[in-house]
Amino acid sequence: MHQFRFEPIRLPPAATEMRKRVRAFIAEEIAGGAFTPSRNSWSTYDAAFSRKCGEKGFIGMIWPKQYGGHERTSLERYVVTEEMLAGGAPVGAHWIADRQSGNQILKNGSDKAKAEILPRIAAGQCFFAIGMSEPDSGSDLAAVRSKATKTDGGWKISGTKVWTSNAHRANFLIALVRTSPKEEDRHAGLTQFIVDLSHPGVTVRPIYNLYGGHDFNEVVFDDYFVADDQVMGGVGMGWKMVTGELAFERSGPDRFLSTYQLLAESIRKLGPAPDDRAANEIGRFVAHLATLRRMSTSVAGQLQKGAQPNVEAALVKDVGTTFEREIPETFRHLIPTEPTLARGDSYPELLGMTMLRAPGFTIRGGTREILRGIIARGLGLR
Amino acid sequence: MSAAVDASDGNSMRDDLAKTVDRVFEEHCDKPVREAAEDGKWPAGLWSALEEVGLARAALPESAGGADLPFGDAMHALRRSAYHGAPVPLAETMIAGRLLVAAGLKVPQGALTVAGGRPGEKLEIAAGKLSGTAQRVPWGGDCRQIVVAATESGKAMLALVAAEGALQATEKNLAGEPRATMQFKSAQVIASAPLANAAERMLLEGALCRSVQMAGALEHTLEYGIAYANERVQFGRPIGKFQAIQHLLAVLAGHAAASSAAADAAVEASAAAPDEFMVAVAKARVGEAAGKGAEIGHQVHGAMGYTREHNLHYVTRRLWSWRDEFGNESHWQVRLGRMVAAKGADALWPTLTGG
Repeated sequence: MHQFRFEPIRLPPAATEMRKRVRAFIAEEIAGGAFTPSRNSWSTYDAAFSRKCGEKGFIGMIWPKQYGGHERTSLERYVVTEEMLAGGAPVGAHWIADRQSGNQILKNGSDKAKAEILPRIAAGQCFFAIGMSEPDSGSDLAAVRSKATKTDGGWKISGTKVWTSNAHRANFLIALVRTSPKEEDRHAGLTQFIVDLSHPGVTVRPIYNLYGGHDFNEVVFDDYFVADDQVMGGVGMGWKMVTGELAFERSGPDRFLSTYQLLAESIRKLGPAPDDRAANEIGRFVAHLATLRRMSTSVAGQLQKGAQPNVEAALVKDVGTTFEREIPETFRHLIPTEPTLARGDSYPELLGMTMLRAPGFTIRGGTREILRGIIARGLGLR
Repeated sequence: MSAAVDASDGNSMRDDLAKTVDRVFEEHCDKPVREAAEDGKWPAGLWSALEEVGLARAALPESAGGADLPFGDAMHALRRSAYHGAPVPLAETMIAGRLLVAAGLKVPQGALTVAGGRPGEKLEIAAGKLSGTAQRVPWGGDCRQIVVAATESGKAMLALVAAEGALQATEKNLAGEPRATMQFKSAQVIASAPLANAAERMLLEGALCRSVQMAGALEHTLEYGIAYANERVQFGRPIGKFQAIQHLLAVLAGHAAASSAAADAAVEASAAAPDEFMVAVAKARVGEAAGKGAEIGHQVHGAMGYTREHNLHYVTRRLWSWRDEFGNESHWQVRLGRMVAAKGADALWPTLTGG
């Protein structure tokens, strides 16, 4: 049986310093009118803001300086991400590249990819999308059917990816495709490629979400050429890499702060002296949030040490996204209001947006059910 | 030991202590001892084994008869005692010791308990005598001396009194642990000293210990669940192979992990004195997990866990008792909610991140 470890972590003084820096930056940006605190921080795409983050050294923080990084610790990076989310900063453009794609390239990319792409990501000028899901491959990722066939100097990719957030505005996508036919080991024969979306031959079609927003896309490749030096790791190593990045993808503050703005606005609306019923619910959420932060920072500490705490990350995401989804469900009782579809900063607008975004929280990045399966395996049940 | 939730913190001294403590419980806390305790028989063997290890006072300074053990290590040992469902006032003796040291008073030998920390209780000292009634005092009839949060001419005091003569009635909590009504009628005060907010301090110390204990009991609930799901065969396979059971246990694991994290954070923040915010977070979060976790633990065990024979109830009945002692979830949530609301929405994030 797996032993869950949530070792306590003390943030080093450098992280505290970093917190001050990023807070000052956010305050300055708000004051300068660069953004109004967003209701949907890491889904809000703002390339200009990302460029400023790059200039300030808030992207690629843990990467080597050689590649434009800043050689900081995971914990300093953690502080930056949580401050950005809590501050409602529009970090959506660089989020995926900073959280996972860049780390993958650093670990598994060719020298060329590392030298050319990482410095641009760190500068906040190059954005990524995730190319994992397909029409017939969602939770069952090993069922991907997109395939790459070897050709001179590279590969030709054919197939369709879906739910590809930001593919219509990102520079690159990391695609998981089949490079050899399915065998008994269905996890074998999968390879990841860095795909430059600026070349002709790729079709990106929008998939509007139920909120009416355009984050998702369908991406179709038709014999799309990718050079050999854009293979990640090695041919057939795709599955290992995909599962290797899960702890980064699942344990961060983005898995429990998606509705933080609604929590804060609700507290504001309920005023400095709420009645017992309201105080009880506020207190409950604060207790959950403080605990989740502790769990999440603990995983960040383990990642810093080079561990791969996938089960702990699944636990953080399952508990965290459950918490995120309870926030609109509870406050709608305490602040009677009819949520609206209109876009804006008023409470009914914020509530409406949060409610219509909420179903995604327990689906994106691994559904609740998949996570619980991973946890069960960790418990020795599978 | 096959703990699903590893709370050892990678600390080898703590691991050694936990092993020693586990051995004491394995040797002295078997089913007959637990059953006899529920019938009102003081578990003398278990308690003296704990005294021999010096556990109840280990975290106190040497000058107070302790061993200067880090508070976190002592709390970890307390957590192990709860994991084993030990029917002893270990938490209460630890709380009493901390309070006496805080008030500058001598810590007596033997099992101790505490009274006067319940909201609304009035215990008053006048001319060296204590009067008033305290409800549901843990092991009130089994401890020779009681540490009481009282007032003297309106001033908060901590007092040590003899239990003898004060016992009115003994009830039991759901786990069969004695909870006594103690009525003091001009009882002789053995020692007393002013202690700021003594009743509140006692409530916080109690809530902290109960959070730690519940985290330990939840850890065992999860382990019982995993073990049973892997051995119980229905429809030709262990029930743990069914997704419905796997998902139940995954949710329980989330509650157990959150409880560990919340209790650890509160302990860390409370080495010198309880940290109100973190203790409130822990008692609220762990208390919620206790109810939800115990429910899942039983659901997984089916009828078997509903019996007296199975040992699951030694931990789940404690969870159902402890979540209501020293303030239930609502008590702490309302307090937290008021604290946060009074400071305003913009202060919440700095509060959570420590500045």
